[in-house]
Amino acid sequence: MYPQNMQESIKRLDATREARIKQAKIPLLGPEPKKELLHGFHPDYIQSSMRALTVGPNKGDRTPHEIADVLEAWPIVNPAKFDTEHPKFDVDVLIIGAGGAGVSAALVAAAHGAKVLTVTKLRIGDANTMMAQGGIQAADKANDSPERHYLDVLGGGHFKNIPELARALVSDAPGVIEWLEELGVMFDKDPDGTMLTIHGGGTSRRRMHAARDYTGAEIMRTLRDEFRNQNLELIEYCVAVELLTDEHGACAGAAFVNLETQEHFTVRAKTTIIATGGCGRLHVQGFPCTNHYGATADGLVLAYRAGAKLAFIDTIQYHPTGAAYPEQIFGLLITEKVRGVGAHLVNAEGNRFIYELESRDVTASSIIRECKGRGLGVVTPTGRLGVWLDTPLIEVLKGPGAVKKNLPAMYHQYERFGIFMDKEPILTYPTQHYQNGGILIKDNSETGVKNLYAAGEVAGGIHGRNRLMGNSLLDILVFGRRAGIAAAEAARSAVLSEAKDLGFNHVAAFESELKSAKVPVERRSPMLLPEYRRDEFKTPFPFAALGCE
Amino acid sequence: MAEEVKGQKPKGKSQKAAAESSAPTPQPLAPSPSSLITIFVMGEAYQVPKDLTIMKAMEYAGFKFIRGCGCRGGFCGACGTVFRTKDSYKLKVGLACQTVVEDGMYLTQIPFYPANKKEYDIAKEPANTQVLVRFYPEIMRCIACNSCTKICPQDIDVMGYINAAIRGDIEKVADMSFDCIMCGLCASRCPAEIVHYQVGLLARRLYGANVAKKAPHLAERMKEIKTGKFEPGLDKLGKMTEKELSAMFYDPKVRDVEP
Ligand SMILES: Cc1cc2nc3c(=O)[nH]c(=O)nc-3n(C[C@H](O)[C@H](O)[C@H](O)COP(=O)(O)OP(=O)(O)OC[C@H]3O[C@@H](n4cnc5c(N)ncnc54)[C@H](O)[C@@H]3O)c2cc1C
Ligand code: SF4
Ligand code: SF4
Ligand code: FES
Repeated sequence: MYPQNMQESIKRLDATREARIKQAKIPLLGPEPKKELLHGFHPDYIQSSMRALTVGPNKGDRTPHEIADVLEAWPIVNPAKFDTEHPKFDVDVLIIGAGGAGVSAALVAAAHGAKVLTVTKLRIGDANTMMAQGGIQAADKANDSPERHYLDVLGGGHFKNIPELARALVSDAPGVIEWLEELGVMFDKDPDGTMLTIHGGGTSRRRMHAARDYTGAEIMRTLRDEFRNQNLELIEYCVAVELLTDEHGACAGAAFVNLETQEHFTVRAKTTIIATGGCGRLHVQGFPCTNHYGATADGLVLAYRAGAKLAFIDTIQYHPTGAAYPEQIFGLLITEKVRGVGAHLVNAEGNRFIYELESRDVTASSIIRECKGRGLGVVTPTGRLGVWLDTPLIEVLKGPGAVKKNLPAMYHQYERFGIFMDKEPILTYPTQHYQNGGILIKDNSETGVKNLYAAGEVAGGIHGRNRLMGNSLLDILVFGRRAGIAAAEAARSAVLSEAKDLGFNHVAAFESELKSAKVPVERRSPMLLPEYRRDEFKTPFPFAALGCE
Repeated sequence: MAEEVKGQKPKGKSQKAAAESSAPTPQPLAPSPSSLITIFVMGEAYQVPKDLTIMKAMEYAGFKFIRGCGCRGGFCGACGTVFRTKDSYKLKVGLACQTVVEDGMYLTQIPFYPANKKEYDIAKEPANTQVLVRFYPEIMRCIACNSCTKICPQDIDVMGYINAAIRGDIEKVADMSFDCIMCGLCASRCPAEIVHYQVGLLARRLYGANVAKKAPHLAERMKEIKTGKFEPGLDKLGKMTEKELSAMFYDPKVRDVEP
């Protein structure tokens, strides 16, 4: 149920629908207008929102304050409290984080004969992967090709992507879809098996594969089921708080704390894969986010302290359409698929203002311009602003029932609040969504630290300055699998140092940098879980028992 | 939400005034004391703002989640919550991240429920009418009480898909159970000790792997990739400068967009 002022705007939107259907396509923006829009309205271009790092491998590089605050920070545990001489587990491949990247890496590493241990913060699959709705890209149709896909990926990334990574992404894509098909992922298909593919923002071919609007969930629950079938070793509710290094600075495992019991232990591993996902819960610039509860950039922090270089950490993806109303779901994702199946973006006056499937940074900027630059946003009862997504239009274009059929998860979410999106539009505003950059990797997922690999949203370089929808679900599987293979193979020849030579020398070195940079000692990381309690409940350090007070 | 930035802010001037405030306003949402209501979390009373979800209300009350909170968006099934409301004998259910609190709500989360899962090699299992019963014979014990359907926060006809499973209709089970987020609430209520969501999951995987036709164009593309068909093109693209790539990208003759 919408309040009066919003209903009035809905009337204007209803009134223009016919004309909008007949309206000629809004042309894609050329390079110049695009640049102007981004510079004027994209949050990444607000200079005061970032600062240059004063410590670590990316010293001098700019990043949002919220990311800088976890990178330039002291450890949350005292390394001396960990018994590194007696690791609790001794394995070939250690995987940190059980989202899509981690679980696919585990499956593949195990298939390559490695003894694998996966440790994760919450439950296996409590991850951004579970939340992806829209789809996964792959150039597997006759009118498409990996070359085309490559050009789209680079165009989306403003041509800054690292070529070998983008190439790996598009080359492995069809193989990933085939793998998922074999595992039993229920892709949307015609009876003859042809994939039903649609456009995503920035695609030149319809190459978005979906499983209704539960694409990520369908992939994640299938991978998780296979992981369980294979009886792979898993520890849940344990967080990596620091990496373990040997006397030469190579990675040799990690230190963990059990969130429930506060037990702390180390794992010695020949190779380690960081697959800890993104950073939405840092709430860059105060934006709400679409991410899961554990998306707090821990992997970036751990790798950074061990000396891994990060790439593109000055660019965050804001999803153009987060929920702006009702307040209870504020900031949650309205999948791009809503626009993919035809819904228009419409301002308070009932007019369109951008081609809906421009790349995300452009579309998000155009919405911010509509609301903050032109005063054409719709105001909610709590004073927030947003623009409409004309979802009833989908029923007009695709026939009655199309909303429920294509967007069951979305329909259900709004129905709970008495909004029926096949009959009424929904209000949206950009929300923090994705970490475009991350730990710099090579095309076999190696990082700059020996025996340390990274895969998934935590890695950077693949998408340049902006990722296109559907390329992240793809990236986590492409690089998860590549990391699994490379880490399993490297583990075969890696010679582990004696347990007594393992430790946290890299942390001590990092601490002396922090000291000279005068980083305040109250600033600690990794964050592990965001704090949403009222001030009076907040505790400064999560593991007081572990030596940091 | 908007934590104060403690770091040294740079001195550089901001690019454009308009962009200064791109974050949504206002923030954060301040609760007014007049809008407080009482909820009972595992029997204890707490005063919370009335418009919050159960999850945010519990955080407001001082709980820090470890279990019982995953995606915060209705997708992971970590936050299944059972509650009663004032003066009603009815047991209600909802996802804590999606359900708004009511005055007098008397609730507990069920973040975990022990379930049995069978192991199988999906590629080798024939998708016949027997397979679901073979792995999960307990589905035959269903007494059609409908408790599972009544409790499902996703409004799935759970009993319906268990019935379809008994008949061995894999496609139907796969389709009907598709929206399942594996919260486990159905299993917590079933007198026949069925773990419904595992049955649905097996059916969906069987359908995806062994019933649905494989995509012909995908097999074709895999063949082409194996012959190295795209390597020369990708080699060339990989060596191009930003300028050359940009020229190609913005040339509608090179990069035409499929309607
Ligand atoms: C709402 C939403 C919708 C999306 N839709 C799409 C889409 O349609 N198409 C697309 O391609 N992409 C989409 N994305 C992006 C994509 O889903 C993610 O980028 C991707 O799934 C990330 O996968 P991952 O495995 O790298 O990380 P995740 O899936 O987030 O997994 C990381 C795991 O690591 C764990 N972890 C974190 N820190 C630690 C620690 N310190 N110790 C131990 N474990 C830790 C986390 O708990 C988590 O389980 C979407 C994202 C969101 C949030
Ligand atoms: S079917 Fe069962 S596990 Fe699945 S969503 Fe419904 S109650 Fe939860
Ligand atoms: S709760 Fe169990 S017994 Fe009752 S209808 Fe559902 S499956 Fe059958
Ligand atoms: S927290 Fe994932 S469904 Fe509620």
